[in-house]
Amino acid sequence: MPTLADLSPGQRAEVLAISGDPALVQRLYELGLLEGEHVEVVALAPLGDPIEIRFSNSRLSLRRAEAAGITVALNADCRMRDSE
Amino acid sequence: MLTTTLTVALVGNPNAGKSTLFNALSGLRQRVGNYPGVTVEMKKGQFSADGVPAELIDLPGTYSLAARSPDEMVAVDLLLGRRPEEPRPAVVVSIVDATNLDRHLYLTSQLLDLGVPVVVAVNMIDAAAAQGLTFNYAKLAERLGVPVVPIQANKGLGIPELTKAIRAAAESGKVPHGPAFPEAFDSVVEQLQKELSGEIPLFLTRRLLLDIGGYVEQWLVERHGEELKAKLAAAREKLSAAGHATPGVEARTRFAWVRAAVAAAVTKPTVRPVTWTDRIDAILTHRLWGTLVFLVVMFLLFQSIFLAAKPLMDAIDGVRESVAKAAEEVMPSGPLRGLVVDGIIKGVGSVLVFLPQIMILFGFIAILEDCGYMARAAFLMDRVMSRCGLSGKSFIPMLSSVACAVPGIMATRVIENRRDRFATILVAPLMSCSARLPVYVLLIGAFIARPGSSGWLPGLVLFAMYMIGFTVAPLVALTLKRTLLRGAPPVFVMELPHYRRPKVISVLRRMFEAGKAFTLRAGTIICAAMVIVWALLYFPHTDANGGSYPDRLEKAEEEARQHVDLRKELKAKENASQQEQDELAKLDEEAALPDKLRGEWKRQSILGRAGRWLEPAFEPLGWDWKIGVAAMASFPAREVIVGTFGLLYDVGEVDTKAIGNNEADDEAKEKAAGLTRAVQKEWAPDPVRGKYGVPVALSVMVFFALCCQCAATLATIWRETKSWLWPAFTFSYMTTLAYLGAMLTFQVGRLIVG
Repeated sequence: MPTLADLSPGQRAEVLAISGDPALVQRLYELGLLEGEHVEVVALAPLGDPIEIRFSNSRLSLRRAEAAGITVALNADCRMRDSE
Repeated sequence: MLTTTLTVALVGNPNAGKSTLFNALSGLRQRVGNYPGVTVEMKKGQFSADGVPAELIDLPGTYSLAARSPDEMVAVDLLLGRRPEEPRPAVVVSIVDATNLDRHLYLTSQLLDLGVPVVVAVNMIDAAAAQGLTFNYAKLAERLGVPVVPIQANKGLGIPELTKAIRAAAESGKVPHGPAFPEAFDSVVEQLQKELSGEIPLFLTRRLLLDIGGYVEQWLVERHGEELKAKLAAAREKLSAAGHATPGVEARTRFAWVRAAVAAAVTKPTVRPVTWTDRIDAILTHRLWGTLVFLVVMFLLFQSIFLAAKPLMDAIDGVRESVAKAAEEVMPSGPLRGLVVDGIIKGVGSVLVFLPQIMILFGFIAILEDCGYMARAAFLMDRVMSRCGLSGKSFIPMLSSVACAVPGIMATRVIENRRDRFATILVAPLMSCSARLPVYVLLIGAFIARPGSSGWLPGLVLFAMYMIGFTVAPLVALTLKRTLLRGAPPVFVMELPHYRRPKVISVLRRMFEAGKAFTLRAGTIICAAMVIVWALLYFPHTDANGGSYPDRLEKAEEEARQHVDLRKELKAKENASQQEQDELAKLDEEAALPDKLRGEWKRQSILGRAGRWLEPAFEPLGWDWKIGVAAMASFPAREVIVGTFGLLYDVGEVDTKAIGNNEADDEAKEKAAGLTRAVQKEWAPDPVRGKYGVPVALSVMVFFALCCQCAATLATIWRETKSWLWPAFTFSYMTTLAYLGAMLTFQVGRLIVG
């Protein structure tokens, strides 16, 4: 299963499951990153870590290690559907 | 009709415009509230809630009421009325960003469970309109069950309506209710509440169950022991089996409710428009362009605190000097004059001299934060900083510390994680600040840049001194994060907010607040340190025969002044007679007497005696007691060592600014050069320093590269950590490092010289 850490900039995916340290998982939930959300990887920092993601109207920076706990399904169609 | 003051709490996500609303409501009627045991500060302001006097408390920006640290718990306790120093808020104002309603209303939905009336202020309605969003506020209010007021805090729009709603909410006392949780969850919470025999409010029992390893759990487990931990695990297990795993159950319940409310009240365009943030981020977080822009921004920031602050600092110094001179003229000589001129005026001057750097840096930080770039800078630098156990947010404080650790330490407030913030504070003083430069230049000038040595050597030594800080600081940070400041890895998820135009007034306000906080809190301690060191160098002020040094000094100065013209005349004469030459020699001696007296006085002062007594401790560093005394006397500020050196080597007080400065006036330059010569001359016949001049000079430089001889830094650490423990720790570890580093330098250097 691919994770958010495997995506390159411009790729979009749907979040299937979030795992990791409870504090991290809770923070992601609080920021509105839930299972079923559609996410786009916007950019990578100069050294490839952390990554910038966008979903709904939010942008987050996550470290690769944190993003590796988020399993995703790559979106076949590239048009981003904004989750309502 | 309410007669007492209303207490109103202002809560919102970071970047919701909370500070802007706070300032719009309370104007200049603000003060800072401190809470014992934690590092958070909350601003308090007065405003009129539609005629009723009200006190507004600005809680720290947060995404949720799930507290993970004592700092975060303060806000939750305050909202529940569990802080003894504050009354329970009568109304909670929840400020949310109209362009990101779903996410911001998550926190609102938690506030609805507090049992206190809530008013929702929907901010930045202009930006939302620009994105094509339309709102039905009545509908939103109906769905949320609380009044909703659209506002635009930066323009003051909607503020009268908001204060009316606050008053109405307080008078109705209507308590809202958040979304209903699954029944299975509620029954587990009820059971838990019973077992704790109602020790904590229901709100906290929910948090206890939901926040795995959160603050409520840590706190109660400490009180009830491991038994509670097992109970919690069993309860969470049970919920998980019922399909309501924590913490997901809360997010799903709240977001489902919030999104339904937003869907009913807000119409969004079908295609998401490309926003300015999208366009700007395409450049600013780009690997290449983003890095280039970042380097330019950091260069500007660094140059402005280094160079733009300089004329202002020189001006402050100039004023201090003229005030000192004026005081010297009107006051009779004696301990009181010494205290005023060398203790207090110098002390106040050395506090004010920091203001330009602090205010410029905070102006920069305010602009970078308000426009949203701060988070991007942290994003770009995160990988580099993570190598030493920190995060990207530590970069700007560390960079600023290269100019001066005081503003750098104050800038660590942008770091939310307490351990990361403390680690940054503790290593910031290791960065080579501008006050170390005169020390380096003096010693390099005297011992490294000698005729015959390579031209590139002085520059290389200076570079090496800077590199000491840049290499040791990350190593110490890493060590601290693995030992003293060890703990669960913090969450590095960081919001990258929308770009916004910064407001001049809020930038000026931040600059002013930073300057005021430093002057009032740290300033007194810096002054005290100055006065203490002055006293240690002043007393006893009588010589072995009972003569008073200040009196002798004044007399000697007076005599030298009287003969100043005669001496000049004789000096200018080309073919002076023997008698005239003798006369000139006598006058030269007379002119040098005041500086000689000053030296004698300092040498037999309390600090001078202590230095001689401590000489064995300085020996491994290759120092004599004079260097030791100069190092000790420079406790208030590193650059003081240059002046103290001057006194101890009988050349009088040397102006630090004249060291390595071609624009200094001739007299000051002459004195600085005189000090270089005096140090060379004094060291030459000495068995250790004569032979090993270079290793000794390097050892002094290494000591000053690593030590924490800076009262302002220590006072700032005290202020920011609210404890004497941390400045004491910083001073001890840095002095130890400095001592060992200097010893190593001298001993290795001695072996090389042979």
